[in-house]
Amino acid sequence: MIFMYLTPQEEKMLEGEYGSSVQKSMEILVALGDIYNAEKLVNITSAQISGVSYKTIGDAGLEFLEDMAHDAKVIVPSTLNPAGVDLDRKDLGFSGEFTKWQLKIIEAYRKMDITTTCTCTPYLVGNVPMIGDHIAWSESSAVAYVNSVIGAKTNREGGPGALSAAICGKTPEYGYHLDEERKANLIVELDTKIKGTDYGAIGYIIGKAVGDGVPYFKFKNSSKRDNLKSLGAALASSGAVALYHVENLTPEYKFALEGLENSDLEKISIGRQEINEAKEKLSTSSKKPDLICLGCPHASIEEIKTIAEKVAGKELQNELWVCTSISVKAAADRMGYTDMIEKAGGKMVCDTCMVVAPIEELGFDVIGVDSAKAANYVPSMCGLDVVFDELENMIVEK
Amino acid sequence: MQKQVINCRKISKGHARGEVIVTKDSISFLGGVDPKTGVIIDSQHELYGKKISGKILVIPSGKGSTVGSYVIFQMAKNKTAPSAIISLKAEPIIATGAIMAEIPMVDQPDADILNILKEGDIVEVDADSGIIKIN
Repeated sequence: MIFMYLTPQEEKMLEGEYGSSVQKSMEILVALGDIYNAEKLVNITSAQISGVSYKTIGDAGLEFLEDMAHDAKVIVPSTLNPAGVDLDRKDLGFSGEFTKWQLKIIEAYRKMDITTTCTCTPYLVGNVPMIGDHIAWSESSAVAYVNSVIGAKTNREGGPGALSAAICGKTPEYGYHLDEERKANLIVELDTKIKGTDYGAIGYIIGKAVGDGVPYFKFKNSSKRDNLKSLGAALASSGAVALYHVENLTPEYKFALEGLENSDLEKISIGRQEINEAKEKLSTSSKKPDLICLGCPHASIEEIKTIAEKVAGKELQNELWVCTSISVKAAADRMGYTDMIEKAGGKMVCDTCMVVAPIEELGFDVIGVDSAKAANYVPSMCGLDVVFDELENMIVEK
Repeated sequence: MQKQVINCRKISKGHARGEVIVTKDSISFLGGVDPKTGVIIDSQHELYGKKISGKILVIPSGKGSTVGSYVIFQMAKNKTAPSAIISLKAEPIIATGAIMAEIPMVDQPDADILNILKEGDIVEVDADSGIIKIN
């Protein structure tokens, strides 16, 4: 039976010369490498670590992290996924008990030198690898973004795998770390121009069709960064997509088809009708939402500006949350967008989101979202009804 | 029964000897097992209602949410975990959980163990040497 090649230093890490947390982390990396038939480990430049919300990892997760934090520190720039609560604001209604345990989890990660900007968009807060870098990221929407839009290389890591990689500065070389795994295997042609929630709906359709494949999109119009953020999040939630290409746009699109005959690839064509059907399928209710929850993945400053302009001067009957990171919120505060949103009755919510927070405890019945990923998860993870639409169609004014 | 040695691959280090519990269904630790009692609570599972604590668990593979790794760790802390795991094909969730929890685990046995072994058989798992001994 062939095992992965380890350097003499890696052998020492595995044998415990660098402490028990490094040893355990190395054991996890080696086991993952052996499972996936990796030949060796590669050095990484960045990590994004999931497994943060107390709602998902519970007491077991907290206990594991506290054990690791005794003697482990990460050795590459590392950021944290969203938590179950806004770490700074107390007026959202979450229980003090839940918050107490959540803060202990954050503290364990902080001790390991993981930057506690709890966000699913680390690429908006300075964790930005370079093209071709090997990295270990474990937030599925961020994995799709960083592989596809930035051109760094990561698999869809689990939380403990990404943490182990951050502690050792290494990850097993298999899957999307290898160029041959980054080729397209499905061509998606749009026969209509698209905008806004169309991107999420298309991601939802194609994620289901392609599973863990690599779709190659031919759009009829140009796309912005935030459009690709929505597309990737949906692809990664309805399917297990880690990488996609967009013709004339993403950095590896030419490479993606190199050496492939056009006729080898399956083609899917999507039109307005399919997009509208997907949108209808994603809504479980036709009522007006009592909570509109935006920012999945976490809102960029440009998205916050658009939201602020749409609600400016209105008085909303629905509750409105705009989920983002503390870094982007700081910019929104300074730009006056936070003020515009709050005057309309909305709230800027940091560190968390509608998927990982226990919103089912807060007495809402119908959640309104403009994210196909959120629409896909809220009914199953929170047991609530969901409406998937553009913000302007969900607003109810007083 | 004659003593038999089966070669396999180490996933998580360690050594254990004890009774096996065998299933042909894959297991999801999140939602499939109660970490307080070690009892299988997935009503669709072949081992529904049975306790896996302290047993050598023989499974085809794992499935389900990645949070399952933490559940295995929790079971070890609660002393409800299996004493070793033999999987036909390891997957990341159970493999990671076994290492986190320091439970010996092997995969890819070179014999048809799901049919050779039956509940209550005594087996020794030596993950470090990559062997299973059936007594």
